[in-house]
Amino acid sequence: MQGNIASAEGALAAGCTFFGGYPITPSTEVAEHMAARMPKIKGACFIQMEDEIASMAAIIGAAWTGARSMTATSGPGFSLMMENIGYAVMTETPCVIVNIQRGGPSTGQPTMAAQGDMMQVKFGSHGDYSIIALAPSSVQECFDLTAKAFNLADRFRTPVFLMADEVIGHMREKIEIPDSVEIVRPKTLAEGALPFAPGPDGVPGFAAFGTGRHIPVTGLTHDERGYPDTTNPARHESLVRRLISKIEDARHDIADYAIVNEEAEYVFVCYGAPVRTVREVVERFRIPDTGYLQLRIVWPFPEDLLSRFPKVKAFIVPEMNLGMMAREIERHVSVPVIPVSKIGGDLHTPEELVEAVRVAGGLL
Amino acid sequence: MRDDWFREDRLPHIYCAGCGNGTIMNCVLEAVERTGWDQKKTIFVSGIGCSSRAPGYILTDSLHTTHGRAIAFATGVKMANPSLHVVVFTGDGDLAAIGGNHFIHACRRNIDITVVCMNNHIYGMTGGQGSPTTPIGKTSTTTPYGADEAPFDLAELAIAAGANYVARWTSFHVKQLTESVLTGLNTPGFSLIEVRCQCPTSYGRRNKYREPVDYMTYLKSHAVLKEKWERTAAPGAELPADSFLVGEFVRRQRPVMGVPDEA
Repeated sequence: MQGNIASAEGALAAGCTFFGGYPITPSTEVAEHMAARMPKIKGACFIQMEDEIASMAAIIGAAWTGARSMTATSGPGFSLMMENIGYAVMTETPCVIVNIQRGGPSTGQPTMAAQGDMMQVKFGSHGDYSIIALAPSSVQECFDLTAKAFNLADRFRTPVFLMADEVIGHMREKIEIPDSVEIVRPKTLAEGALPFAPGPDGVPGFAAFGTGRHIPVTGLTHDERGYPDTTNPARHESLVRRLISKIEDARHDIADYAIVNEEAEYVFVCYGAPVRTVREVVERFRIPDTGYLQLRIVWPFPEDLLSRFPKVKAFIVPEMNLGMMAREIERHVSVPVIPVSKIGGDLHTPEELVEAVRVAGGLL
Repeated sequence: MRDDWFREDRLPHIYCAGCGNGTIMNCVLEAVERTGWDQKKTIFVSGIGCSSRAPGYILTDSLHTTHGRAIAFATGVKMANPSLHVVVFTGDGDLAAIGGNHFIHACRRNIDITVVCMNNHIYGMTGGQGSPTTPIGKTSTTTPYGADEAPFDLAELAIAAGANYVARWTSFHVKQLTESVLTGLNTPGFSLIEVRCQCPTSYGRRNKYREPVDYMTYLKSHAVLKEKWERTAAPGAELPADSFLVGEFVRRQRPVMGVPDEA
């Protein structure tokens, strides 16, 4: 099965009943597969919107009816979605956005892989906020992490992103499809509770449109009733800080990762397609003193995981961008962080990573 | 305003004295009430602008969204749950400028929503800039020497793009407007009701309609009923300068999206 199709199937397994999208290479197969599958599912809707702005708007509207909703895109479309992504954050709308990354800036390399949107996903919309982003490195993970994305979206009432890339999206591998996947729906808004009053975890209960709760949803700074209150500095600060802390405070709880060789001196930190080359180098070539940390959830950034390597002399970060997450790692550690950046569309070769370890050893 | 549909605790509202939006909201709520729709199942959606604040004053579930995107959000609501009744409040800038693409595609899809456009020919909330419906020669903060671009005719646009129901009235024609909204609500498919209305603060102040009644008088005296014009005007005659047609322009039954299955 292809990664993009595995992602669509993972969404359907998780009960996604609304897909609004606009075609863009290399994510198109996600929409095409949804277009083929959803009309045969009772109550499900596939709609090809007029652009990515409308797609993002439509999945937010659908989410407020209680539907699990998703869209899929790539860099240029992702940029267009940014305003409404911020709206989803502010209104605490659970939804899933698949981004099959390609080479940028601009129209760049439509058919080639990249990981160039890793900072856009975190910071692309305006204002301060936090989001959750997952990064699959295999077709199996496309299925599993897409299904998981819906649970995280519902639990934290936030947009959740599947940050894959062209290599993973178009790769074909055998996968195991479980009979059923775990489904965690949002907490229900308690009787008499205000629609934006947070629970102990910082997340308000959810009531779908049509259930008689008369919820006014607005992207304006609002109080716990949902009423606009835009000129009160304290209101704005407490709202925005809560939107951030409900996710950041839970980052160690929601972290999803693999650690190999905690005794390593040279530790690769990786996510997405480069994970495959790292595994080859560490597990098959068995370069002495190397290990790795694979992040399946890159945002919120689980910085505690970096302290799991007591003997580390350097973190080596292969990315298909010019060192985006390497900079994030650098913020949290006192040993050298060595980016192995590669853009243009090709994956890192094992030799390039072996060379990076050798260079790291020489530098230290 | 109908008490049971109104969020009284939202008072005071933000509309300027003399604004036409309150009248239009009242007409729309009167029409919605007459449909007999369940208040729980009626959803109001809007974008950004003075008009788009309307759902915030109505006691239902509502989405006050991003600038120009109301119809795209409404499409998601309606398609995900066709049993909900969806009404969109929008303004001329919201609908026809930034939202123009969503507008024509929703007409093309003929999705079963009703759009009420409060057309005051100007961007009121941002302080009086020109919009795609500012008439030629009229002044705004971005057309200080008079607008020199031809305005959109929103009704014609909706008709050409495929909407099932299109009408135009003004904030003076409250009875006709209410009937028209009711027809729009009851017509399957996309309905556009354009309502020309006064904005004394931004449009009126700059265009010799400083008092609300001045612009109301203009609306009353320059609105030409479509049927009457068709009956009485010489073939091919041009409408008198500054006047415009009002009435029901299209009521048809093209294929629609978002209507619940009968089963």
